[in-house]
Amino acid sequence: MAPGPRGRFVSWLTTTDHKRIGILYFLNSFLFFGVGGVFALLMRTELARPGTQIFAPHAYNQLFTIHGTLMVFLFIFPVLSGFGNYFVPLQIGALDMAFPRINALSFWLLPVGGLTILSGFLTKGGAAAAGWTNYVPLAAQGRTGEDLWIVGLLIVGTSSILGAINFIVTILRLRAPGMSMTRLPIFVWSILAQSLLVVLATPVLTAALMMLFADRRLGASFFDATRGGNVLLWQHVFWFFAHPEVYILILAAWGVVSEILPVFSGKPLFGYRGVVLAFLMITALSFTVWAHHMFATGAVELPFFSATTELISIPTGVLFFNWLFTLRNGKLRFEPPMLFALGFIAMFLIGGIDGVWTASPAVDFALTDTYWVVAHIHYVLFGGTVFGIMAAMYYWFPKITGRMLSKRLGQWHFWIQLVGFNLTFFPMHILGLRGMPRRIADYAPNRGWTFLNGLSTLGSYLIGVAMLIFLVNVITTLRKPRTAPDDPWEANTLEWATSSPPPPHNFDALPPITSNRPVYDARHTAARAEGTS
Amino acid sequence: MSVSETIADERAVRGTSSPILGMVLFVASEAMFFAAFFGVYFTIRASQSSWPPKGIEAPKLGIPSVATVLLVTSSFVLQAGVRAIQRGQTRRLERLLAATIVMGLGFLVLQVWDYSRSPFGIRSGIFPSLFYVMTSLHLAHVAGGVVFLSMILAQSRTGQLSLERHEPVEAGAIYWHFVDVVWIGLFTAFYLLTR
Repeated sequence: MAPGPRGRFVSWLTTTDHKRIGILYFLNSFLFFGVGGVFALLMRTELARPGTQIFAPHAYNQLFTIHGTLMVFLFIFPVLSGFGNYFVPLQIGALDMAFPRINALSFWLLPVGGLTILSGFLTKGGAAAAGWTNYVPLAAQGRTGEDLWIVGLLIVGTSSILGAINFIVTILRLRAPGMSMTRLPIFVWSILAQSLLVVLATPVLTAALMMLFADRRLGASFFDATRGGNVLLWQHVFWFFAHPEVYILILAAWGVVSEILPVFSGKPLFGYRGVVLAFLMITALSFTVWAHHMFATGAVELPFFSATTELISIPTGVLFFNWLFTLRNGKLRFEPPMLFALGFIAMFLIGGIDGVWTASPAVDFALTDTYWVVAHIHYVLFGGTVFGIMAAMYYWFPKITGRMLSKRLGQWHFWIQLVGFNLTFFPMHILGLRGMPRRIADYAPNRGWTFLNGLSTLGSYLIGVAMLIFLVNVITTLRKPRTAPDDPWEANTLEWATSSPPPPHNFDALPPITSNRPVYDARHTAARAEGTS
Repeated sequence: MSVSETIADERAVRGTSSPILGMVLFVASEAMFFAAFFGVYFTIRASQSSWPPKGIEAPKLGIPSVATVLLVTSSFVLQAGVRAIQRGQTRRLERLLAATIVMGLGFLVLQVWDYSRSPFGIRSGIFPSLFYVMTSLHLAHVAGGVVFLSMILAQSRTGQLSLERHEPVEAGAIYWHFVDVVWIGLFTAFYLLTR
């Protein structure tokens, strides 16, 4: 008996199928992405020219705080978890995640946490307004919106820890026969490294949030210097979590790109073991660099944190060269996933370089808290991760829905996003060098910042147009019949060995797994067999 | 043999079971959670000329010492329970689990009693802030552990645990030992290093 529309709705609410939960992750993440994106456009509109046009400073402070919070905690991380949910079990040849019900729980905590944070707008005094980094003493002074921000993040953090434990157990325990760790798809390795970071770093945020809450509501004095506390402690504990968090937000995107480049170059990934080692080295090093966010406080060991930070550019460099050598002499196919993957490499390179600059304390003293930092974080998290997310979307959409996204619209989306992105964020480097501080709602007309801000605002509208094209592409494609073949890209990994979309039990039969490219092997064995007969 | 059977088969032969591995990872996460608090504790302590700071009376040793003995003993009792179920002795497991739960409850009662006699409130400064937040978060973990162990006891009473299936007991024990170890750290930090 086919379920009615109501039954179908309830089945989505109660599902424990990793593929459906993955789709729920996508829906939820892109909804929050929409809200966070609109906030960004509102901020750019306010900054387009000097003077206060739409938002008074307090409203503006809420906008950038919630923009950052939503993008980091409710878009980028969850959407990557969505890909992990959908594709980790498929790529390792498993039936589902290790703990399907905990998987459902980790998803459903997300909208609860996100709405808790957003509900701050309904309270007197508005939402949290101390920035996504939420420094004290400002954060200690916020009103109810600040408490809702804390509680919301506690919920989101719990969700991500449960999800990460689930990923690790799934990857270590549920691999199909033949899928040894050295044959693990590189995307699965990236999710494994990311999950290790989540398990070890996120609880530190939980601790920081609880101390802050105790200070605000229970009369404790962790961060209150007048009563024996220490203001800088917040920054230490927060960044001890938040620097690994930056890698949590990029590792899976590296995994996606390392998966896509070989497919569209017609070659295996160059230096598979090198990439895995680079992931693991970055995972370890990311716990040693947190205080480079605090150079300007004057309270940290500058040379140590500068050196560890620059050390990270070694494994990152390994990744870059492996990607370039994967492309070298390849038969490149410029399908939309490949365009976004190449865009990722170029933009992330800029984000890497402008980050290493500020790893030098002398430079950082001049650039800290200027628009340079805003440029850097967006070249890493937008130019890097969001390009990677879009690459993954175009790459895996046929597997998830059985339908191919339009290539033409995909090309338009890519080029407009690339131009819009650079127009928005490249000028911010120059604004930073000219001393424009971040997180200000207004600036004087005689500072020489007006033209570049106008340019940046124009670019942000272009990004908005690119996202609308993506939305149109998704909606029109979903109305078409399911015609995507099982393996439209001639790819390497197991998710392409099943139907598009996969059946609830994932696989009718698995090909033999004798390398990290089982589907490639199966395709070529079949071709050889045909040639000889 | 179908794919699902192969996978289930594979699952059976590989080392540590999923629930236990999941619990080990959860405990690793919890360890980082408490490590953050201990990091803050020692950072603040290092910046103070006397500890506890002037004007704050060090907490008394009496009741917490009894509580410590109770909690540490309970860990050994629970481990004896794990041994029992590994030999298939469910009745013995249930008795030992019940004893562990009673000792856990005893710890909670003693801790609340100790709070009620405390010479300072959370608002009295940084030492009380650390003391109350860290010990009460640990208290919550003990309470959670008591609930968790009670659920395992219920599973055993309804015949769901046996020689073949006893991972929940082992997972529960890993958690309980962890909570115990954290308490030893807290006892040292707040009762021994304050003399």
